[in-house]
Amino acid sequence: MRNRWNIKVEVLGIALAILWLLPFYLMFVNSFKSKKEIFLDTTSPPESWSFDNYITAFQELDFLRTLFNSLLITVISVVLIVLFSAMAAYALSRAKSKMSTFLFFLFVSAMLIPFQSVMIPLVTVFGQFDMLNRGGLIFMYIGFGASLSIFLYHGALNNVPKSLDEAAKIDGANRWQVFWHIIFPILKPITVTVAILNIIWIWNDYLLPSLVINTTGSETIPLKMFFFFGEYTKQWHLALAGLTLAIIPVIIFYFFAQRSIIKGVSDGAVK
Amino acid sequence: MRTKDLSYWLFLAPVLLALGLVVVVPMVLGLFYSFTAWNGIQTGEFVGFQNYINLFTDERFLDSLWFTTKFSVVSVILINFIGLSLALIVTSKIKTSSLLRTTFFMPNLIGGLILGFIWQFIFLKVFASVGEAVGMESLQAWLSTTETGFWGLVILMSWQMAGYIMVIYIAYLEGLPKELIEAAEIDGASTPQRFRYIIFPLVAPAFTVSMFLTLSNTFKLYDQNLSLTAGGPYNSTEMVAMEIFKTAFVQNAFAYAQAKAIIFFLIVAVISLVQVYINKRREVEM
Repeated sequence: MRNRWNIKVEVLGIALAILWLLPFYLMFVNSFKSKKEIFLDTTSPPESWSFDNYITAFQELDFLRTLFNSLLITVISVVLIVLFSAMAAYALSRAKSKMSTFLFFLFVSAMLIPFQSVMIPLVTVFGQFDMLNRGGLIFMYIGFGASLSIFLYHGALNNVPKSLDEAAKIDGANRWQVFWHIIFPILKPITVTVAILNIIWIWNDYLLPSLVINTTGSETIPLKMFFFFGEYTKQWHLALAGLTLAIIPVIIFYFFAQRSIIKGVSDGAVK
Repeated sequence: MRTKDLSYWLFLAPVLLALGLVVVVPMVLGLFYSFTAWNGIQTGEFVGFQNYINLFTDERFLDSLWFTTKFSVVSVILINFIGLSLALIVTSKIKTSSLLRTTFFMPNLIGGLILGFIWQFIFLKVFASVGEAVGMESLQAWLSTTETGFWGLVILMSWQMAGYIMVIYIAYLEGLPKELIEAAEIDGASTPQRFRYIIFPLVAPAFTVSMFLTLSNTFKLYDQNLSLTAGGPYNSTEMVAMEIFKTAFVQNAFAYAQAKAIIFFLIVAVISLVQVYINKRREVEM
């Protein structure tokens, strides 16, 4: 009885999984077809697996450079968010005072502000100071990413006993050393969570970079994809090859880190 | 470490600087500008509540607000229903559990912009060719009407976010104490009873978390809206975030767009605060 039920559930689950993958399947098979073939049939595999579309898309997207831009922005932003948020959360959790409570409250309330509410003044102010470039973008990511990251680090730090700090201090370490040599390594699990949440967000972000970096050659993948798609909107065979290329790095990342990713996303949402 | 120590401020300096310049200053400036005739360069004269008054007769803004609300309500219900169903499937005793989790979660890692483009292809080309093959008129010309645009967005978001919500429900379902469920089984509780009196109350916090996560995500939607329908046809599927963007950067009505942005902030803030309130109340009860 129980066994038969489980088999039914399993079949249902697999059927749903196939349905979930269908959009990716359709994107993939059609990305190898010619324009005419897509017009005739969108559901079956291509007549021949020709890479012509990919070669064109690769060149038009300036793919290696675009990929490098995305990697550069994401890595630098995430590293800085992790380091600065951990430091800030440490200060807030170790110095219990009205000031710390107020600052923590400030960071948490900043999470309530949707991007669109600050977007217009942000862009005009940074524009006046000539900061609409990659440096400015990374700085903005720190500002927008700090709140949630501090919140997560703060929660984790409350479980790290203060006696650890005291012991290291007696051994002659200063604040800076205590933090980097003793505390930060202990926070590794939450660092993974913070890093993953910020990687997913920054890697996929479109609106902010579209407002901040608009010079040719510095575009990230979503940004370049938007222009590319606009140009090839009537040429689905090229657009789909471009979309497949854009997704490949994410699939590779997911393949190697899926456990940490799912755990990170779940921790970030539940806490 | 104490507040008056230099080290305290040095540890906090980088984030205070970034948050201050990126969030606090623009927020304060934005609030100020929303009461002026600001055009992006000059502050202009002080107009009091005029921008806010104009909002209430701005049909395009009100339509986008209404469309966003409808979209959010329908999506929240569907996403949570599908997400919980998926969680119940993958937490039962099946062999392919981890493979299924991986699959359902995958769309979340890919940006909304790219997902919207993929679905645009499906709705426009695949739906049309399948519709032609099986003779279903209703699969033709998707995204060309308000209604198909609406359901297109709902389908895209449900497909993308259900796996995310699934992960949250899994966290709670797997945290259920097994002894409790077994004890109830021994005491003769039926499956619906066990669900109603034991599983449901223990998973209840997951409902609050998931409801509000989906609500704030769908309410603030921009990327998917842009790539799937771009607000068309005739701006009828334009959501609030996009409407604000266009008011500012297409019509160059900066102060007016900022007033809309402040209203948008108030709505999102109220949604979040209600969530905090409900969570706190539950913690007290437990």
